[in-house]
Amino acid sequence: MLADKDRIFTNIYGMFDRTLAGAKSRGHWDGTADIIQRGRDKIVEEMKASGLRGRGGAGFPTGLKWSFMPKESDGRPHYLVVNADESEPGTCKDREIMRHDPHTLVEGCLIAGFAMGANTGYIYLRGEYIREREALQIAIDEAYEDGLLGKNAAGSGWDFDLYLHHGAGAYICGEETALLESLEGRKGMPRLKPPFPANAGLYGAPTTVNNVESIAVVPTILRRGAGWFAGFGRPNNAGTKLFAISGHVNHPCVVEEEMSISLRELLDKHCGGVRGGWGNLKAVIPGGSSVPCLPSNVCGDAIMDFDWLREQRSGLGTAAVIVMDQSTDIIKAIWRLSKFYKHESCGQCTPCREGTGWMMRVMDRLVTGDAEPEEIDMLLDVTKQVEGHTICALGDAAAWPIQGLIRHFRDEIEGRIAHKRGGGSGAVAAE
Amino acid sequence: MLRRLHPEQPESFAFTPGNQEWAEKQLSKYPPERKASAVIPLLWRAQEQEGWVTKPAIESIADMLDMASIRVLEVASFYFMFQLQPVGSVAHIQICGTTSCMICGSENLIEVCQAKIAANPHEISADGKFSWEEVECLGACSNAPMAQIGKDYYENLTAERLGEIIDALGRGEVPRPGPQNGRFGAEPFGGLTSLTEGERRYSGNASVGLAEYGQDTIKRIDGTEPALKMPMLDSAAPVATAGTETDSVQLMDQPEPVEDDGLDAEKPETNSEHKAMEEAAEADEEKVIGKFDEEEAEEVGTRPETLTGPRDGQADDLKKIKGVGPKLEESLNKLGFYHFDQIASWTEEELLWVDSNMDDFKGRASRDDWVGQSKLLAAGEETEFSKRVDDGDVYD
Repeated sequence: MLADKDRIFTNIYGMFDRTLAGAKSRGHWDGTADIIQRGRDKIVEEMKASGLRGRGGAGFPTGLKWSFMPKESDGRPHYLVVNADESEPGTCKDREIMRHDPHTLVEGCLIAGFAMGANTGYIYLRGEYIREREALQIAIDEAYEDGLLGKNAAGSGWDFDLYLHHGAGAYICGEETALLESLEGRKGMPRLKPPFPANAGLYGAPTTVNNVESIAVVPTILRRGAGWFAGFGRPNNAGTKLFAISGHVNHPCVVEEEMSISLRELLDKHCGGVRGGWGNLKAVIPGGSSVPCLPSNVCGDAIMDFDWLREQRSGLGTAAVIVMDQSTDIIKAIWRLSKFYKHESCGQCTPCREGTGWMMRVMDRLVTGDAEPEEIDMLLDVTKQVEGHTICALGDAAAWPIQGLIRHFRDEIEGRIAHKRGGGSGAVAAE
Repeated sequence: MLRRLHPEQPESFAFTPGNQEWAEKQLSKYPPERKASAVIPLLWRAQEQEGWVTKPAIESIADMLDMASIRVLEVASFYFMFQLQPVGSVAHIQICGTTSCMICGSENLIEVCQAKIAANPHEISADGKFSWEEVECLGACSNAPMAQIGKDYYENLTAERLGEIIDALGRGEVPRPGPQNGRFGAEPFGGLTSLTEGERRYSGNASVGLAEYGQDTIKRIDGTEPALKMPMLDSAAPVATAGTETDSVQLMDQPEPVEDDGLDAEKPETNSEHKAMEEAAEADEEKVIGKFDEEEAEEVGTRPETLTGPRDGQADDLKKIKGVGPKLEESLNKLGFYHFDQIASWTEEELLWVDSNMDDFKGRASRDDWVGQSKLLAAGEETEFSKRVDDGDVYD
């Protein structure tokens, strides 16, 4: 288990002093100017060496992403945009950073901004997080008052302004180009890539969009060294990570742990175990709603990192672990995600706009068992037609949970249909 | 989902002077030729002022931002947080219904809304006070199931508790937001498994603290709100070190000193609705936000008689009391309570003292009627909850 001395988020529950003074007393904002004086190239190299992979779901190496920004400005400003539109079902980790440990993020913005040649940063926060917005704004105000932001921020010689912006309840704005559209005052509809944001992002200028957690871990990595961070987790899966566990465990929580921790240890150590004991486990969605579920027979060996879960045709995503015990109607649980994606499709691409509705309507009937057995394969076929045929990954995200359900729980779906047809009593096995 | 402008629209819209000033300030965040960037924050402010987004508001904001009004309408109808129809005058209740909340019981919460408010989402209750809807994931999954009411999240809900909250709001009270089961925030409720060393400073998490400071859970924003600032350390005793509260408060490096009477000094004199809320807050100490700071100023109630240890070395299993978990049992033992008969004999004054000295769990003792439960348990009878404990359904 990760020791407290190796935690980056030392006030994630907000029980200790949340003010700037408190953050400083826990080691934040220590030697920020010295870090910046190492220079842009050194910082990017160090981030690459740390092995940090983006914490927003896709797992793209953060240092590499930063290196895509033009080395010199061609006259256009550079922008850092922080994706704080946390809305992947199951995910509630960035919220804890922003309301309880916000200075990790504010300091990270300054360093990341410098490393990409940006004098301006925007944090795009989901609209519903109103208290989180207040807490984060207070932290930004404190930083300005203390000279940590603005002209010659933190005495580093770099000018950096940080603004808090918010959305209004659209999941699609978590997609980086939809986020930029939204930040420019339009509907959140993803852009075709290329051009990539590093060439033409916010207001047509070079932009890098990073997740809250990816930015918030930067100062500690640079203070303690890439080697320290890379020492956690298996190769290619470095670091510590915030896990958000919800559903049928005795004590759901958000907790920072070492990457590549086993699922069993994560649930037993921090969550008081699965409700009713490990044997009562039915399935786990290991990385937020977009990734396929794991059936219980795989969960005993599960390692919580990018590569292991990918080998299982699932994913670490945002490390939002949704635990479902034997009482769960797994078909209905996945149906609810189909409903979510139908609701959140922006409507720009036909396969997604139409496909998410199709998928949900077939799922409706699988939940009650009012379907033909052939429809299971037809549904699978529809998911394949949506997957990979849309501008952004929302179509894929809508397809994958259903594919996972059919892959692992086809028997249950078939059983329900057969029961409904054979039984004739109308007694649906809805439990 | 079709989202259209409501057929009945008001004649006009204008930001209040305070909100107008706020709106103009927002524009300074963006490059001068990129004013359209402010459209979502301005629409949200208009909704906070009026309760919903009206056609005149859309047109007025389009003018402010040099946008075609169709572009603003496009934004207003795209983003689901914008209410395009009137909502309940007291509160619009948003139940998170996505998978994590669903498997933890959000469907029961929706039933409560249907029974207490209206059969259909977005329908206004007969008394005009409430409306509700099911929304997609609100991002508080480890505190499922939950609902957003006004600016705040009410988490770890049960159907029963949501019903109580709606009733309280109907009476003009604002129950304290955050987890409703005595939990602090997103930590494991069974006891901390990390970050155990350190001085606990607050009686509520940051969201709860800001709600108590702003007193604006369901208040419409009119621009007269106090400036945002980090709510001060609660004048409450730091949880881990009760008894040394004055020292630790002084130790704190407070950016701005707060007067003795705490947050009240900061509160603006506002309309009568706000006043009524404050009065209501005073009437119901346990559940209603806004009372916490005054409570701490002096010792409340009378300290009951306590024991230095359990009689005959054998304490009762206080966890049989609904609302008392392993952590609270420990706290009770620390205060000197080991037996049901002790709790059963608390007077009202004594209950008040316990309520205000239960650190993180203020108000718990009276809310869950520990005295009533203990009377039964002390007499050797069972409660429904104690039966479940005996059956091993509750604790391992």
